[in-house]
Amino acid sequence: MADFWRRFRRNRGAVVGLVILLLVFLLAALAPVIYPGSPWDMATAPFVPPGEEGMLLGSDSLGRDVAAGIAHGARISLMVGAVSTVAALLIGVTLGAIAGYLGGIADDAVMRFTEFFQTIPSFVFAILLVAIFTPTISSVVFAIAVVSWPPVARVVRAEFLSLRSREFVQAAEVLGKSRLSIVLTDILPNALSPIVVLASLMVASAILLESALSFLGLGDPNLMTWGFLIGSGRSVIRLAWWMSVFPGLAIFLTVLALNLVGEGLSDALNPRLARQRGGPA
Amino acid sequence: MTLLSVEGLTVALPAGGDRPHAVEEIALSVDPGEIVCVVGESGSGKSITANAVMGLLPKQLPVRAGRILFEGQDLLALGAEPMRRLRGARVSMIFQEPMTALNPVMRVGEQIAEAMRVHGAGGDAARRVPELLAAVNLPDPTATARAYPFRLSGGQRQRVMIAMALALEPSLLIADEPTTALDVTTQMQILRLIREIQSRRGTGVLFITHDFGVVAEIADRVAVMQHGRIVEQGAAAEVLNRPQHPYTRALIAAVPHGAPGAARVPDSGPPVLVTKGVEKTYRRSGGWFGPKPVVRAVHDADFTLARGETLGLVGESGSGKSTLARCVVKLVEPERGEIIFEGADLRPLSRGAWKPYRKKIQMIFQDPFASLNPRRRVGEIIAEGPITHGTPRSVAEARARDLLALVQLDAGAMERYPHEFSGGQRQRIGIARALAMEPELLIADEPVSALDVSVQAQVLALLADIRDRLGLTMLFITHDLRVAAQVCDRIAVMQRGAIVEQGPTAEVFGNPQHAYTRQLLDSIPGRNWTPPVIAA
Repeated sequence: MADFWRRFRRNRGAVVGLVILLLVFLLAALAPVIYPGSPWDMATAPFVPPGEEGMLLGSDSLGRDVAAGIAHGARISLMVGAVSTVAALLIGVTLGAIAGYLGGIADDAVMRFTEFFQTIPSFVFAILLVAIFTPTISSVVFAIAVVSWPPVARVVRAEFLSLRSREFVQAAEVLGKSRLSIVLTDILPNALSPIVVLASLMVASAILLESALSFLGLGDPNLMTWGFLIGSGRSVIRLAWWMSVFPGLAIFLTVLALNLVGEGLSDALNPRLARQRGGPA
Repeated sequence: MTLLSVEGLTVALPAGGDRPHAVEEIALSVDPGEIVCVVGESGSGKSITANAVMGLLPKQLPVRAGRILFEGQDLLALGAEPMRRLRGARVSMIFQEPMTALNPVMRVGEQIAEAMRVHGAGGDAARRVPELLAAVNLPDPTATARAYPFRLSGGQRQRVMIAMALALEPSLLIADEPTTALDVTTQMQILRLIREIQSRRGTGVLFITHDFGVVAEIADRVAVMQHGRIVEQGAAAEVLNRPQHPYTRALIAAVPHGAPGAARVPDSGPPVLVTKGVEKTYRRSGGWFGPKPVVRAVHDADFTLARGETLGLVGESGSGKSTLARCVVKLVEPERGEIIFEGADLRPLSRGAWKPYRKKIQMIFQDPFASLNPRRRVGEIIAEGPITHGTPRSVAEARARDLLALVQLDAGAMERYPHEFSGGQRQRIGIARALAMEPELLIADEPVSALDVSVQAQVLALLADIRDRLGLTMLFITHDLRVAAQVCDRIAVMQRGAIVEQGPTAEVFGNPQHAYTRQLLDSIPGRNWTPPVIAA
């Protein structure tokens, strides 16, 4: 573990990413403390520029505090990112493991099923799903999970295919272990590194997807999200640039941080590749 | 005049290594027309020495001291450009892995011509390439020149590499384990080729190897390396037959002597394992047109194993010996035939019905680095088999501790991960894992071929000891005939999926009947050299 941390730290960008990410977490955790009350409530006059009348990041067209919106939106964005990634991992890892471990017809069936999902552009598919199931937070999470599991299944299948023929897995077969226990104790732990890296990137793309859906007005109407903030500022962007820019920055920083952390994880989990890339020794 | 003389060469290792220098105070010389073997175990610094001569050391391994004089010129003082002109033209090198040393998308003739062109001799290429390919005994040189590497076998590729190395008639040839990746019969052909070329052209050869058999076959002089130092150097006959340094003595004592062990009385009871008409055929999908390529991996390979007996399955790579062994444990499912273990046919059994037999038949794998799960502790690895079969955890763990003692590892190993152990230690862990099931039949698939010779001797001794103590029946798969002779009571020789000869070890070795067996026996490197008996 100490070794892992040492290799992670070697990638400076990843450390910066981790710090940003922790700040976002802190903001989300402290949102009810810093901005008690609903972010939907009117706090001041409409269109107050940033820094005036106690409005750190200005106010929107109905006099709501943009900073409070961002703080409360952080909770939703992180939650959507985390929950939909976990759901996508559950689907993807299960299907990928079945395809990779069993091979043959099972592999063919699962991969054709996966390709079926991959042929539909994921954003269009997500819009379709949310539109069918009425926009609530759970349908948004569901839609994001449904469109983002195929890459997981593919990665897991590839890992399982190569691990399945390794001698230690054959040794486990010869010991008479059950299939489930071979998958869970022998193969999966050795396939974990690429899954972890992929998961960190998936959280980032889930946040982007959710923001994009909210921007189009397909978010949960009862919840303040970053995408909604940008969407509501879109029509008045020349009048009140701060309404769109600050939530945009929040999305940008969070996604960037997640990508940096993902790269750092990848370096720390595959030390040999990192060294080949010629990172600082 | 000395062709190559290395004086006091010291190469540093990066900080944090297990020793400060990769090689230290190396003194070595090669005369024209002489073959000097540098022999040592993995990590002894023999390849570093060869790479230093070629100027191929990575930046992390700087030369700290010493001189490398080639035809009177100090190579270490030479700049990159003069060094490049020497490399390939005056000094050339053959590598270990013929499968990866050639560019896969370039015809081999073109690759040889390119080697000549970069040294300004491209004009002759059209004429010289077929000549060179003929000189390395490749059939139909013009056709071979047009072939891509994937069409050639490992031995043929290594010949192409040698042709390329010889293209500009270098005066020094460096060969870094050039036959390690090859089968014994191919190895013998390549060794003969190197010997022949060297005597025909008077080339000096620096030959790196770990195999004393190869040394006995080819060397004029020998330098033995240990931990980055040359511990003994001298004429081949002298070093091989009257080794002085304790390390050389230990290494030579560890070389499998190839003499069949004392014949043991076979058990007359019912056999443990009988295979009848087992067949495994691999069909690759050949696309829509043309016949599908078919590989008959195992056929006509019937054998019987009596209780307490060790049967050696020998053959070259691709002969089907591993596939046959894997059929016995259902890692590979044969299409046809009977695999009768203690009277019951195992082949048609389902996964569940097989489970009771898993306890009785166990396997030791070839690669000690791939056969242990890197994410689990050694204690779990050994104990998980019995736990799967219903042994309480505490009992299984206590037994794992006993087994570690049996394979000569201390009980502290229980809590550690596989990567903390050396190859030989890992192989012992693999043996302990198999023994934890208290099997009756042990299948050993090349259990020592990935190990250094001294470790190999220890593991073989351990296996023989355990076999005798526990009365195990063993199916021992190996490509090394010396090892087979030493360990096995009976030998079955496999070629292209079929057993072509089988019988008691002394008979097969003393009076081989099949032509292929004779060819294999003739290909044992250093077959005319009997390692001297050295009191340890």
